Amino acid sequence: MISSAQPAAESSTAATGGVEPLLSIRSIAKRFGSTTVLRDVSLDVAPGELLTILGESGSGKTTLLRLIAGFEQPDGGEIHMTGERLDQLPPYRRRVNTVFQHYALFPHLSVFENVAYGLRVRKVARAEIPNRVEQALALVKMTEFAGRAPAQLSGGQQQRIALARALVNQPKLLLLDEPLSALDANLRRQMQLELKSLQREVGISFVFVTHDQEEAMALSDRIALLRSGQLEQVAVPREIYNRPATAYTARFIGQTNLLRGLIENGVAQCGTVQWRCEAPDGPATFSVRPENIRLCDSTDAASRDSMRFRAVIRNQTFGGPTDLLELACPDGRALLVRIASRGNLAGECEFEFTAGDAILVKD
Amino acid sequence: MYSRTYKTAVAAPPLVWVAVFLLAPYAFLFCYSFWTVSQQAIVHHWNFGNYRQLLDNSMYPTVLFRSMRIAGSVTVLSLLLSFPLAYYLSFHSRRKELLYQLVIIPLWVSYLVRAYAWKTILGSDGVLNTLLQYVGVTQHPVEFLLYSPFAVVLTLTHIYTPFTFLPIYASMEHIPRNFVEAAQDLGAGPIRTFWTVIFPLSLPGALAGATFAFVLSLGDFLAPLLIGGPSGIMISNVVVSLFGAAYNWPLGAAISASLLLLVLALLFLVERIEKRLSFS
Repeated sequence: MISSAQPAAESSTAATGGVEPLLSIRSIAKRFGSTTVLRDVSLDVAPGELLTILGESGSGKTTLLRLIAGFEQPDGGEIHMTGERLDQLPPYRRRVNTVFQHYALFPHLSVFENVAYGLRVRKVARAEIPNRVEQALALVKMTEFAGRAPAQLSGGQQQRIALARALVNQPKLLLLDEPLSALDANLRRQMQLELKSLQREVGISFVFVTHDQEEAMALSDRIALLRSGQLEQVAVPREIYNRPATAYTARFIGQTNLLRGLIENGVAQCGTVQWRCEAPDGPATFSVRPENIRLCDSTDAASRDSMRFRAVIRNQTFGGPTDLLELACPDGRALLVRIASRGNLAGECEFEFTAGDAILVKD
Repeated sequence: MYSRTYKTAVAAPPLVWVAVFLLAPYAFLFCYSFWTVSQQAIVHHWNFGNYRQLLDNSMYPTVLFRSMRIAGSVTVLSLLLSFPLAYYLSFHSRRKELLYQLVIIPLWVSYLVRAYAWKTILGSDGVLNTLLQYVGVTQHPVEFLLYSPFAVVLTLTHIYTPFTFLPIYASMEHIPRNFVEAAQDLGAGPIRTFWTVIFPLSLPGALAGATFAFVLSLGDFLAPLLIGGPSGIMISNVVVSLFGAAYNWPLGAAISASLLLLVLALLFLVERIEKRLSFS
């Protein structure tokens, strides 16, 4: 079997598919003092797209968002929105709205006045304001809270008001800075679903910053993975998971096994197993997801395109529908394997994976 | 949890201090205000005569209202000075610490020295008059500068502005910066952001600062004594003279007690308003 091990090239413009991008970030650089926070970041956002900027803390994801919002000025590069230069405008002249990490609802204004704030500032006709506010509150299912003060609301409710306050202005682009990070796990999952359907409903492009890769996968049309100020990979969730371009991506998004091996004359060799791999000769790293390694029954006939190896089960962790096995191979390698839950396993067993599951990644 | 003995041991010294040096004197003062003087001696004869005299003699209300007018002017002026200063320092200055220290430093200088400084500036051969004559604005020294309510207001404003500045600055420093960003994000420029977000959120500080300026100015007696002149006399000067040369302690005590009640009522009112203004 021949693995299609070609690390996906930078596809920062992939999803735009020829459509004029809504937002175009071109070679943005940002430094704070002597620290370079962002280096040569280029990224397009398509109309109606939900793009996630994913990265560890300190990767520059929030800074990138603040550059789009206008709270920071870039040290290099340009940002354009619908053909208009954005990065030279002050934040209050950008047709962009932000949902802040801690919501930043004005404590001295009622929920109604918080939502109406942007409309009043933009001189929307006085008679129109109650209607617009009501619509926005209905969108986030918070109509009956209009008269409350923000301090009287729970975190999740404040979150919704922050969304309504931003969306009521009908921005072209909505920026969300880790908006769910302050919520507990259950509420968070529920809000993820609601956010996604809300985004479909309003059709506004969302740029969503998060450090949570599961959240990114659940929500996004595309994920832009930032690593120390540079884009590591930009792709749709399935591609970034199934075809990680680099070892970093493979490890950051989901769990993986990184196998270091050698390619010689179109054959990859890694420990006791080898398979055909059309890539230049030399040392190589492969990513094999734990769920792509299977536990073989003794009765299984070895299929021709699968590589089999024996390993000792060191540990078994029950995870509900699946079990995570920690293996020790004879050559000392440690591997993770995820299998459908079954009784306790022990001792040496036989495992297999196919060449197609070993993704060649850049180090 | 701390033991009862420990808590008592910690609380006792300050409580004793307050009782002996604050509450007891106030109680004495209150008693004195109901006594009388006859033939250079204080008679422990309980009556409301002193308070009646306060209302009957038009001099006392006049001086009290003047004191309140001066204190009010000082309050307004120091608010007008403190607000922009605090706003600039808190939100736009790159040298916050330095400028903050510069505002604080006058507090280290003796009150008396600062009051005297104004005497040198405002007097008839003072710095200001010399300058005005040199430039040719006037031929003769301008007299109203010194020994007038104006001089008192100016001096007290100078002295008490740091007291208004500090709470305003503190409350501005406590405004989360993402409120300002949120306002800008929603389309508000700097001026709109100030009036709709920063100003309302710093009102509790402004109220505290205004209270400091008003209460401290109202009871001031050194500035009017040094640079107020006859037209700049304030209520505390009257009290001082009643306790001193006039030897009418009971009447002085009655004025003090009235003033104390007035200030306490004001503080009570301010606390009610402050509760309404604070949100978090």
